[in-house]
Amino acid sequence: MKEFMMIFRNDVDQPKPSPEQMQAMVQKWQDWIGGIAAQGKFVATNALGFQGKTINSNNTVTDGPYAEVKEIVGGYLICKAINIDDAIALANGCPVLTLGGKVEVRDVMVFNK
Amino acid sequence: MTENQLIPNLFRSEYSKIIAVLCKKFGLSNIQIAEDIVSDTFLKASETWGLKGVPNNPTAWLYKVAKNKTIDYFRHENTFINKVLPEIKNKYTNVSIVKIDLSEHNIKDSQLQMLFAVCNPIISIKNQITFALRVLCGFGIDEISNALLTNNTAINKRLTRTKKKLRTEKINLKFPNNKELEVRLDNVLTILYLLFNEGYYSSTSNKSVKKELSIEAMRLLHMLLNYKPTSVPKANALMALFCFQSSRFDARIDTNGKSILFKNQDRKKWNYELIEKGEFYLNLSSKGIKTSKYHLEAAIAFWHSRIETNENEKWNHILQLYNRLIQISYSPIIALNRTYALSKVKGKKIALTEALKINLKDNHLYHTLIADLYNKIDKEKQINHLKKALKLADTKNDKLVIINKLKALNN
Repeated sequence: MKEFMMIFRNDVDQPKPSPEQMQAMVQKWQDWIGGIAAQGKFVATNALGFQGKTINSNNTVTDGPYAEVKEIVGGYLICKAINIDDAIALANGCPVLTLGGKVEVRDVMVFNK
Repeated sequence: MTENQLIPNLFRSEYSKIIAVLCKKFGLSNIQIAEDIVSDTFLKASETWGLKGVPNNPTAWLYKVAKNKTIDYFRHENTFINKVLPEIKNKYTNVSIVKIDLSEHNIKDSQLQMLFAVCNPIISIKNQITFALRVLCGFGIDEISNALLTNNTAINKRLTRTKKKLRTEKINLKFPNNKELEVRLDNVLTILYLLFNEGYYSSTSNKSVKKELSIEAMRLLHMLLNYKPTSVPKANALMALFCFQSSRFDARIDTNGKSILFKNQDRKKWNYELIEKGEFYLNLSSKGIKTSKYHLEAAIAFWHSRIETNENEKWNHILQLYNRLIQISYSPIIALNRTYALSKVKGKKIALTEALKINLKDNHLYHTLIADLYNKIDKEKQINHLKKALKLADTKNDKLVIINKLKALNN
């Protein structure tokens, strides 16, 4: 089994959900993650917050991720899978996909000790 | 209590107390001596009380004799050292200094220290449990081998190995310092959790043995809860879990020792006092910031105990709790239980799709679950999985449950 990271991306401009919608979303995320964990393939997950700053190559610090991009990374999940196709199968059902977003799946590199 | 119950009962309660106090005084490496002294004390009791009758205060009698035997032992040891090895300095040059403090306070302290010494991660988990049953719970060798489904030879080997390891690794009764306390406490809680489960899930059909193991786990946990530094939210959560689960003890097993499924249990046999206690400890446990797996398991057990709650609402809560639990602590059983909860919330079809992904094909509970999910959907597959489950099941009890399900299908 190898480790893969799923990176959740979505448009910066999203409609603001109501408290009920937020509650429902929390449950959807938890159900999806629970499904991965039930297969014994869950490693870690985190959501990223709204405190975004970027340090640039000219050493200036600007607000937000990148000023020009319309897409923002909302969080990640690290899973264990046999190969990338297996990981993609796990990404199926990820709630971000129902919101018009995408899941980027990348392998986590292993450096021999 | 009949007279022939008196000594076994006293053994259970006083053995561990006296041993703990003696070890605190003379060091854990001398535990064998402590055990001999206490065994001799009880032997004396059984001889004397048989002839002269039971004293008015049996416990005080035992303590007095134990103290005297200890002084005797060290007097002889003193003689040995004075006559044979005069060059070696002996800590106790004056035998009258040997004062054994069997006050309630010192007993409590000593037992707590003993609990941490026994539940030391240097010893294997199997040996920690065996040692705990002997030294903390005063179980006889027969009783331990019965409870752990093995034989006396194996138990004695484990105990000998453990005591040897304590000596070679120089484990002492010093209570863990603040830095180590959290990690060591975690280990103690794990051992108590396993001990409780030995009683709760044990495949021995002896109902009273099962109960005793779980009761001992609760008693030892209670010691921790009565001591402020170890009365942490996690420990309270574990006690809540113990209370909820043991509340159903009498309803879970029928008079023939067979398990009764939750849905078929007679609710009148549930112990509602224990359920109330569980809720009390669950409340206490919520005073922290961290959520441990014990918190989640206790909360799940709480919802199972709430029979008046609407089924939908209940299973929704349980599913969300399992979602969190399985992220922090994976185990095949938790994965299967989570899937069962999923079927109650989202229906069998969705649960079946997820269940098949789990693919724990060497686990009989996996096949039983799949079979249940195929119920009224695909009879052939249902029977297929039940047959696989039957092949994999290893206890008589488990096999019986599966056979009954197959029988019900053939009718």
